[in-house]
Amino acid sequence: MSEASAKIAEVSLRRRQLAEFWFYFSQNRGAVIGLVVFILLVLIALAAPLLSPHNPIVQNRDALLVPPIWQEGGRAGYLLGTDAVGRDMLSRLIYGSQYSLFIGVVVVSIALVGGIVIGLLAGFFGGWVDSVIMRVMDVILAFPSLLLALVLVAVLGPGLTNAMIAIAIVYQPHFARLTRAAVMSEMRREYVTAARVSGAGNLRLMFRTILPNCLAPLIVQATLSFSSAVLDSAALGFLGMGAQPPSPEWGTMLAEAREFILRAWWVVTLPGLAILISVLAINLMGDGLRDALDPKLKRS
Amino acid sequence: MPVLTIRNLTVRFATATGSFTAVDGIDVSVDKGEVLAIVGESGSGKSVAMLAVMGLLPDTATVTADEMSYDGRDLLRMTERERRTLIGRQITMIFQEPVASLNPSFTAGFQIEEVLRLNLGLSRRAAHQRAIELFTGVGIPDPEEKLRAYPHQMSGGQCQRVMIAIAIASNPRLLIADEPTTALDVTIQKQILDLLMKLQADYGMALILITHDMGVVAETADRVQVQYKGKKMEEADVLTLFENPSHPYTRALLSALPENASGDRLPTVSDYFTEGAAP
Repeated sequence: MSEASAKIAEVSLRRRQLAEFWFYFSQNRGAVIGLVVFILLVLIALAAPLLSPHNPIVQNRDALLVPPIWQEGGRAGYLLGTDAVGRDMLSRLIYGSQYSLFIGVVVVSIALVGGIVIGLLAGFFGGWVDSVIMRVMDVILAFPSLLLALVLVAVLGPGLTNAMIAIAIVYQPHFARLTRAAVMSEMRREYVTAARVSGAGNLRLMFRTILPNCLAPLIVQATLSFSSAVLDSAALGFLGMGAQPPSPEWGTMLAEAREFILRAWWVVTLPGLAILISVLAINLMGDGLRDALDPKLKRS
Repeated sequence: MPVLTIRNLTVRFATATGSFTAVDGIDVSVDKGEVLAIVGESGSGKSVAMLAVMGLLPDTATVTADEMSYDGRDLLRMTERERRTLIGRQITMIFQEPVASLNPSFTAGFQIEEVLRLNLGLSRRAAHQRAIELFTGVGIPDPEEKLRAYPHQMSGGQCQRVMIAIAIASNPRLLIADEPTTALDVTIQKQILDLLMKLQADYGMALILITHDMGVVAETADRVQVQYKGKKMEEADVLTLFENPSHPYTRALLSALPENASGDRLPTVSDYFTEGAAP
């Protein structure tokens, strides 16, 4: 009986925490809208093969630069028109969402894991370890982020994987600093001493005792970086250093369409809008997360 | 046979303005099953001496001693690894701020079961059973429920009970309590002290009680050690100390009670004692 009731109480506790989180999150209307758009984006990316009417890289030679359907000259098969080599814009945009989410997830994961480990080491051990690590981070931070990413891609060679690695390296100091600051303030708390007295080793103290208490600001930073990662990879793609044609990445699409800016607005505007909407949605969501997770902003 | 023996312990901190001696030639020795109280004003080095025993001082501190041994084993020359097999198992410690001493991210149950599983090698199920027993033992009502509570959902007194439960989980031979009741209100103080005394008797462990509360000392200790500015002023058994304090500082400390107030000013130790006047 006790086992079962324990399970039930566990579930109800989780549910209560979730309800509390949702209460604070839903206070922020923008955040809810952002969340809805983001979920839609994820669904679209997952169902891309089902949703898209055409293959995103097949060139339809009989339909070059066809305008969207509501405009004069629009064709029924191409809802948002086609680009200069006759590829369906809608399909490319739908597949592009896969790229953007993939880039965001990979970049943030690499930067987060790297930053947490480095920041934990610096904050936990202090002294010369801290000095060495943080000076290196300061050097990375001193570069304009896109320039550094460009240099790194130039060194590693252009391509989506290398672009993601470069962006992750550029973002990683932000996470390292945030983690270090949080670790240093948590280190002074008595529960850390208490854990040490109970015989906890350094690794356990770092990852098990201290890290969970530093997560709230990191989660917020991660969501905000997610959108910057999408943006930066689009910028790298635009400069020809990111995803290579014909992959339907939004930034690369923009770059390819540059010369048609005056003749065919849809080829340029639509990928730009896609980037704008997804970045905005993720940023709004990040704001809401901060409100919900930061105990200092809670009203009760 | 003393459990813990310290002779001539000195702790210096390197500060920006030079070295500062926080503990200056202190001797401490506790026998099995004995309650030793260390009293003194704030900054008299009570806590620092005990933190030195646990190896918890920051790198800026230099610890020297003629002898520092637990149960005949030399704590000074021990490797970090060896020390960790003692600390948390045979020597445990509880702190002043019970709520801050528990990790806010985990439930009380998780924290005590973690200690039980890792330090004593109990299985998950056995650890859970033992945690319930321990919680019952330290007088936490509805232990099943409280195992699932987070520290912020419990009162200060309950958190201190949880800390005590964690501290006695491994059946330690020495428990160091660093001002365990300072952050609690008076009625809870009494309960926690009674609990500590009961557990001390039940488990037959040595207890070092660091405090600045003479009332606590009178009620609990077998032997008292008075410390002032990092030096030991006097050591005596509790009756002797209260009835017949031999050191002028001790007399001053005992006189500095609100009852002895004249006019609207509370008495302080320095009203009765000036440094250098002492023998």
